[in-house]
Amino acid sequence: MSENLPEAHDASHGTALVSHDDPFADPGLPAHEPRRTDIDERAAKRAERQVSLMFVVSMLATIGFIASYASIDADKIVYIFPLGHVSALNFALGMTLGVALFCIGAGAVHWARTLMSDHELPAERHPIEADDDVRNDVIEQFKTGAAESGFGRRKMIRNTLIGSMALVPLSGVVLLRDLGPLPEKKLLHTGWDKATQSSPIKLVNMNTDEPMKPEDIVQGSLTFAKPEGLEESAEDFQQQIAKDALMIVRIAPGDIKDAESRDKGFEGILAYSKICTHVGCPISLYEQQTHHALCPCHQSTFDLADGARVIFGPAGHPLPQLKITTDEQGFLIATGDFDEPVGPSYWERPR
Amino acid sequence: MSSASGTKNSASKPASTRGNPANKAEAAADWVDGRVGIYSLAKANLRKIFPDHWSFMLGEICLYSFIIIILTGVYLTLFFTPSMAETVYHGSYLPLNGIRMSEAYASTLDISFEVRGGLLIRQIHHWAALVFVAAMLVHMMRVFFTGAFRKPREINWVFGFLLLVLGMFDGFFGYSLPDDLLSGTGIRFMEGAILAVPLVGTYIQMFLFGGEFPGTDIIPRFFTIHVLLIPGIMLGLLVAHLILVFYHKHTQWAGPGKTEKNVVGMPLMPVYMAKAGGFFFLVFGIIAAISAIATINPIWAVGPYRPDQVSTDAQPDWYMGFSEGLIRIMPGWEISVWGGHTLNLGVMVPLAVFPLVLVAIAVWPFIESWVTGDKREHHILDRPRNAPVRTAFGAAWISLYLILLVGGGNDLFATHLHLSINTITYAVRVGFFVVPVLTFIVTKRWCLGLQRRDKDKVLHGRESGVIKRLPHGEFVEVHTPLSQKDLHSLTAHEQPQPLELPAETDENGVARKAGVITKTRVKLSEGFYGEGNQIAKPTTEEYHEITSGHGHH
Repeated sequence: MSENLPEAHDASHGTALVSHDDPFADPGLPAHEPRRTDIDERAAKRAERQVSLMFVVSMLATIGFIASYASIDADKIVYIFPLGHVSALNFALGMTLGVALFCIGAGAVHWARTLMSDHELPAERHPIEADDDVRNDVIEQFKTGAAESGFGRRKMIRNTLIGSMALVPLSGVVLLRDLGPLPEKKLLHTGWDKATQSSPIKLVNMNTDEPMKPEDIVQGSLTFAKPEGLEESAEDFQQQIAKDALMIVRIAPGDIKDAESRDKGFEGILAYSKICTHVGCPISLYEQQTHHALCPCHQSTFDLADGARVIFGPAGHPLPQLKITTDEQGFLIATGDFDEPVGPSYWERPR
Repeated sequence: MSSASGTKNSASKPASTRGNPANKAEAAADWVDGRVGIYSLAKANLRKIFPDHWSFMLGEICLYSFIIIILTGVYLTLFFTPSMAETVYHGSYLPLNGIRMSEAYASTLDISFEVRGGLLIRQIHHWAALVFVAAMLVHMMRVFFTGAFRKPREINWVFGFLLLVLGMFDGFFGYSLPDDLLSGTGIRFMEGAILAVPLVGTYIQMFLFGGEFPGTDIIPRFFTIHVLLIPGIMLGLLVAHLILVFYHKHTQWAGPGKTEKNVVGMPLMPVYMAKAGGFFFLVFGIIAAISAIATINPIWAVGPYRPDQVSTDAQPDWYMGFSEGLIRIMPGWEISVWGGHTLNLGVMVPLAVFPLVLVAIAVWPFIESWVTGDKREHHILDRPRNAPVRTAFGAAWISLYLILLVGGGNDLFATHLHLSINTITYAVRVGFFVVPVLTFIVTKRWCLGLQRRDKDKVLHGRESGVIKRLPHGEFVEVHTPLSQKDLHSLTAHEQPQPLELPAETDENGVARKAGVITKTRVKLSEGFYGEGNQIAKPTTEEYHEITSGHGHH
């Protein structure tokens, strides 16, 4: 029954005596060595006082916690070296709570280590596996039960049961359908798709909320823009801005390497999607000398002078570019949507 | 059952006082026993023996930080509003006054600035979560490197693994709830990853977010997952984990009096109760003090989430850092398949490698037992050096985890060490393949060196530092022989032999060929225990030969 448990060592058992034949034999449990507190009553008393002291400190700290809660204002800021300026209430509550809890723990552990018995005791292990009698008995009982159910004999019942059990979880999956709408063409279009030749949409500066003129845009600068009419208070603002956000750069037309990209812009002003094509972080870092834009999330780097081609990092395709021009008043406008979906790529995304 | 109770009881048993209890406590215990049978339960467990070793407290830290997370989490749910409804903030944190934000973010600000002690509880919750995952990882490594996962504990290893994975994901969901700029960026990353799933990615995305990103459903849904679904599963797994620990009894290190058939240590009552119970308060106290001192996740500093804004330094919590590393170092491969469909390998491949890195460690117990063919129970721990291949594999796994963590924080490494971010990324790409291999080789060599040193110590004793001059003029250093305790402890480990291919013909002389599986198994076994993968431990003969001679040194 116990052959399942290996011997601790080739020839030794827990109580084996040291023999000259086996220099590595187990000498058995060592004798208990008394601690100072076991033999010196004064040391024991001292340990007792130490444990109690810690419990008393805990009590005081809890009182301190309650006092801090009642007396310190939530917005009071204090300077504590080396932490700097911190919330007085948070610091006081945290430290008193910490001390109150820690001292209970330290007291209990100190008590256990100095005053409670430290005799090591052995306990027997038993194999996890049942012995053969039990095993055979259970298998026999199971067989009886299985035979009485007729599960193995009535194949039709068995197979249809398996079939129905396999299908029934589908109801749960189907019920999840109304969690959200179907994708349809939603990811294909942005808010700019309402713009047409006859009713264009103005580009609005994200910070000033003003329509933009070409002369407002300095060469080498990076400006963020949104479609006119998209207000922050709109119900679906978050959803819209996640797709519509633009990054406006002005590059000397001669420096623009990609002719198609230059044609989509206006006098060197180019409007790219601000949403990274990797997993959708907004791109915000621009290096005006090299015209490189970097996404701070995963460092995909795009060359805005070369059709926003990916030159480093994990993004798989260039940033989509919005075709822009100006209207009669000289404001920058868009007359249509991006040529391709913005943001991360997905299975249905045309390439 | 446990023979722990047989310490110094006198021979005569005290008469039962059941009909006439000695005091109120006994009477109460009798009452409960009549309903739920506590005496039978306590008989087996009250003086249950627990062995003592510092590393056994790592699992306790996991348990206690989990309890702390639940306690503080319940408090936070009382004040947190899991809603993405828009509101304009007018609160005591002036820099954000008049700013549009979700109620989730606004209520997190209120917890931090209006609710007295709310900030502290938020900080304790977050710190305890970090400690929880870290302790699980370290606890798991303890179990791994000592071979404590071997039969009969494989199932518990899997439970522990599931707890780690669930803990990581629950941390991610919790991190996402305040709807601040960083957490929104994390959710956006998740959305991009889901979109990369071929065929059904957009459908999963629409169903999960209730429409297009970000929509208004994601925070309430994450809230339910974070506070109910995952913690519920984790609680069940945790209870099962602890029941199994109790049932298997603890493992122990080899040493005098310790065998595979016993467990040596202190009884649950009173010593272990005081130590373990006290340790809960130590952990809680330290986490509370850390939370008072060190600010974590100051959501007010980054502002509410807007999909067109981002802060630099966008970092997940450290335990998710390796997934971030995978996504950052993967080249952006996108391919066209089947008429206009896009396969986003740049995101899909890291997504597939993520579970592989984790599962590699989860399946190890089964690989190891298959290779050794060992069907016995194991309760004595291996010293890591005595299982060089296992130790080397574990170290390689950790090195991969760390190298990916560097990849995940490549922007921090770039700014703090003044390095090019591109160079770091290229280095991590190479390191992903090279570093684990190097770590494996170095660790295995190191283990073998330590085994040699142990052998030396057993045969020659410990260097004493005393130089003796022999009659003929030679100087030797006196070596102190080891105590019986040390001799035993250093030689108690087993050294399995590699499997061998079965004979080419069976007992009847009929040729039989070993299958591919058998051959693989033999090869693996050779790699585990073959020549050059362990140092033969000292034999009795060797010991006698050396110690019986003159002037042993």
